[in-house]
Amino acid sequence: MSVTVEPMPVETGETTPAQALRPHAEDAFAGELAALAAQDDRPRPARWKLSPWAVATYLLGGTLPDGTVISPKYVGPRRIVEVAVTTLATDRALLLLGVPGTAKTWVSEHLAAAVSGDSTLLVQGTAGTPEEAIRYGWNYAQLLANGPSRDALVPSPVMRAMAEGMTARVEELTRIPADVQDTLITILSEKTLPIPELGQEVQAVRGFNLIATANDRDRGVNDLSSALRRRFNTVVLPLPESVEAEVDIVSRRVDQIGRSLDLPAVPEGIDEIRRVVTVFRELRDGVTADGRTKIKSPSGTLSTAEAISVVTNGLALAAHFGDGVLRAGDVAAGILGAVVRDPAADRVVWQEYLEAVVRERDGWTDFYRACREVSA
Amino acid sequence: MTGIDGGEGGAIGGEPLLLGVRHHGPGSARAVRAALDAARPRVVLIEGPPEADALIPLAADADMRPPVALLAHAVDEPGRSAFWPLAEFSPEWVAMRWALEQEIPARFIDWPATHSLVWGRDAEAEGAGSSDGTEDADPIDVRVDPLAVLAETAGYDDPERWWEDVVEHRGGGTGDVFGPFLALEEAMGALRETYGHGGHDKDLVREAYMRLQVRAAQREFGAGVAVVCGAWHVPALRQKASVAADRALVKGLPKVKADMTWVPWTHRRLSRVSGYGAGIDSPGWYGHLFAAPDRPIERWMTKVAGLLRAEDRLVSSAHVIEAVRLAETLAAMRGRPLAGLSETTDAVRAVMCEGSDVPLSLVHDRLVVGDVLGEVPQGAPAVPLQRDLDRVQRRLRLKPEALERELELDLRKEIDAGRSRLLHRLRLLGVAWGEPVASRGSTGTFRETWRLRWEPELAVRVAEAGVWGTTVPAAATARAEADAVGAPSLADVTALAERCLLAELPDALPVVMQVLADRAALDTDVGHLAQALPALVRSLRYGDVRGTDTHALTEVAEGLAERIFVGLPPACAALDADAAEEIRRHVDAVHGAVGLLGDAAAAGGASVPATDGAERTPGGSLRARWHSVLRVLCGRESVPGVIRGRAVRLLLDDGELGQDEAARLMGLVLSPGTPPADAAAWIEGFVGGGAGGGMLLVHDERLLGLVDTWLTGVPADAFTDVLPLLRRTFSAYEAGVRRTLGELVRRGPGEGSGGRQAGGGAGLPGFAADLDAARADAVLPVVRLLLGLDDVPGHRGADDNDLAGVGR
Repeated sequence: MSVTVEPMPVETGETTPAQALRPHAEDAFAGELAALAAQDDRPRPARWKLSPWAVATYLLGGTLPDGTVISPKYVGPRRIVEVAVTTLATDRALLLLGVPGTAKTWVSEHLAAAVSGDSTLLVQGTAGTPEEAIRYGWNYAQLLANGPSRDALVPSPVMRAMAEGMTARVEELTRIPADVQDTLITILSEKTLPIPELGQEVQAVRGFNLIATANDRDRGVNDLSSALRRRFNTVVLPLPESVEAEVDIVSRRVDQIGRSLDLPAVPEGIDEIRRVVTVFRELRDGVTADGRTKIKSPSGTLSTAEAISVVTNGLALAAHFGDGVLRAGDVAAGILGAVVRDPAADRVVWQEYLEAVVRERDGWTDFYRACREVSA
Repeated sequence: MTGIDGGEGGAIGGEPLLLGVRHHGPGSARAVRAALDAARPRVVLIEGPPEADALIPLAADADMRPPVALLAHAVDEPGRSAFWPLAEFSPEWVAMRWALEQEIPARFIDWPATHSLVWGRDAEAEGAGSSDGTEDADPIDVRVDPLAVLAETAGYDDPERWWEDVVEHRGGGTGDVFGPFLALEEAMGALRETYGHGGHDKDLVREAYMRLQVRAAQREFGAGVAVVCGAWHVPALRQKASVAADRALVKGLPKVKADMTWVPWTHRRLSRVSGYGAGIDSPGWYGHLFAAPDRPIERWMTKVAGLLRAEDRLVSSAHVIEAVRLAETLAAMRGRPLAGLSETTDAVRAVMCEGSDVPLSLVHDRLVVGDVLGEVPQGAPAVPLQRDLDRVQRRLRLKPEALERELELDLRKEIDAGRSRLLHRLRLLGVAWGEPVASRGSTGTFRETWRLRWEPELAVRVAEAGVWGTTVPAAATARAEADAVGAPSLADVTALAERCLLAELPDALPVVMQVLADRAALDTDVGHLAQALPALVRSLRYGDVRGTDTHALTEVAEGLAERIFVGLPPACAALDADAAEEIRRHVDAVHGAVGLLGDAAAAGGASVPATDGAERTPGGSLRARWHSVLRVLCGRESVPGVIRGRAVRLLLDDGELGQDEAARLMGLVLSPGTPPADAAAWIEGFVGGGAGGGMLLVHDERLLGLVDTWLTGVPADAFTDVLPLLRRTFSAYEAGVRRTLGELVRRGPGEGSGGRQAGGGAGLPGFAADLDAARADAVLPVVRLLLGLDDVPGHRGADDNDLAGVGR
């Protein structure tokens, strides 16, 4: 026997989209979604708001036949988005992997918004996420007063998505304790959620699917069991493809952060930002920018997010203790901290990089000296 | 028009049946077979060099296994050659096999290799050494790629995908078997109207030749003529041109005496552009498409799963099912009729590889490209490599003899240097004709001794090596490059670099050096790096002897040294006795190598005492940085005593450390606070390792005194522990040194003139107590001459150090 679950009652005084500090994707891009839906004449899977093709267009951007411009939500390989959308259409769950700062959450939110028109069926994974967050909980007042019944049941976002044929999202799946993770197995393979207390079950309606995100650098936290892992199609979101793209991302974010921290604007810093990004990319990829020399990679992630924090730190140093110009010395300590996570192995990697690459590079003498100073 | 519309068996209209194909296209191959089955021609003409006609029957041989290649080479110059590779799924191969099965004649109709080989020479003036000199054999090139133009017109960004969709994926067997060829011919006709011969004036000649051949066949066989050629040529063959005009075009072409044979080929090499021109990236995938009777995607995914399981990855049948579903849905979403390679690859990555590219690269390597090696029957004519070897053997007057004999080579002589090169190259190719043996008598680098013995099976080895190239140097170069890429360890690559220098293969060096630099960069074991460096520096010396350019080698060696400098101090912590002993050997080896390298980089750098490794001193700073590393080593408590002692000793020998400072460090270590075993190890490092250490003690009585004092202070229970170490240290000394030391100890250290004594041990029988300065001075000019120190002004301290160094 299956039950239907009514949507959560709308609470009084809920924030309207216009007032929200950060509106949901489906509200922020409502116009684009509507335009796409109007133009979309391709077959749509059950309960999808758009066809897979239109979902891919929504994420990657483009111009519709009637001239509506769809802004790109994700800048990256087309292949990735296509595989992700297709996975959702084949009723397999989607796992987005990537180092921090690769837009995993962003992609998952927009996918849910485009597919189901609702990106709010969200479970945030933490070390303390309980089973109730994935299955269901109880309203104890009701439970005590009336005994177990459907009214006393508090559905989780996943349960609601199953009942309504929507897309559920689980953020930071690997932070959730392993036993709680495994509650997803039945949901993903049997597509049902039993409620033994009532002798009932919730069967997933066609259109239900699940998007999970995980950080592939903290595998050690709570690695997925192989049973769970094989119920997901995995898509790895890559780091920015070119130096230019990454420099652009870093300087834009640094500018935003700097403004909110009231740091003085430092336009001269762009060369230093390029240098930080170059160092990060080279160490991350294990090869120099010209592709001619291989180098060892340190154990740290060296994500774009870390590059941003190194530059922001350097800016603060330059503004408060220096002459206001971002210099090699301001970023050197930050880079050292980001690179050398494991004091023994990473230090060798870093020194090799300094001696073999940085020392020989034209115009990097100041940077080399600054790094030698902080590394010594 | 394809010439026939009905396709009645054997009854072909007046026109020849023209089957335009894509070289190495499995879809084309299938379509060709269907068309031939339907049309049943009486002769099959195939694009390819007519000299190979006689070789066609070998294609039916039981031992013939594609991929193979037709190889044409100039008889007098085996380096001038061209390949026409054929895989199982090549339309040309299919047509050839079809003709052989039906027992009807098959012929090649392209212009003869006699001409193409020599025309290739005009095109590339410097191409004498290149192993595949005919990039001109096919019209499809970067200037005008007809497929790219067609694909672009159809709205595809990738011509491969367009071809897959339009031709490779059309299901065989249903409908009109000639329709696709017709459509393709029309498209090509339109292209050629726009682009003419596409910048390939040679094509006009080739097509004229083909027309003549087709006409000759028509005269002989009447209407039953089928032609299999590149799609690009079809409109030209259809074209009505007068025999006279064609004759005029092909007249007076330059010629060279050419020879042809079959050689085994590999899937990996199919991706190279030669002969038929169109290289393909995914021969394994095409082979699968051709071989799979039905459900190609399902079969492919099963294959992938099998491979991943064999590599211990967990892949279940459920994975295969999901991967197939994902691939097909992806194809639908991308608007393709069938899932192609890109869809299957995406699906495999997402479902079976957990999004990782690492297992995926395995799939690419083993399946998409594939490790298929072709085979050629014994009856195939000799490979050109054998001919080249014969020629070189004649020129060098080095006859292959079954009888074992020794050969002394003096590399200063032209002919001997040539012989040495040949033997080294053959060794690289796995043709073990000569074995190098240790030279008797002389140890000079210009002398080599070989033990020669020609076994009959070496001929087979030569034939096998034919796949690498057509001349000994070209084949050895290709083989060395491949070996470098596949070498398991850093030391192997270094050894290979050395062999490349010995065999004088400068063309292989860049690849080998690149691999070496990459391996060195990624190797985390300082031991490996330290092992590699001496061989590399030795190679540099060979390079000097043989006058090859070793600039790249020097750079790599310096890079290697840098990495050792950085990695050595951390690698010296927490070692047991054996590991410490090993590192000590590495330190010695690196020291010697750095000395030689430093000489090469800049002389005199060593005399500048470095205060800080960070200083950017040019050139000779390599030695300075090494000295600073040694300084770090000798001052660090966590470093085992044997290494610390060695570091002090090396610094002392190089004049980087004063005798006083060395004595101070020794005093520190031998002070009562240090465990006796550690101190003994230090002594082993400092004065161990042969005669040099003993001489040091003989010459510096203060050091001897320190050792003596320490030894008498070692507690009784610790003495048995340090005894084996000390015995090892001192037993390595020569008898004379041991006796002198004994004399000194018996006399009691510190007697005589006290402090530091330069010269013979005072108090030895037959020697005066003091140095005779006048007689010593008389020797100095000769010593200076011997050491090549003419330009250095006489300096007492320096001479002392050098004397100590000579004794090492």
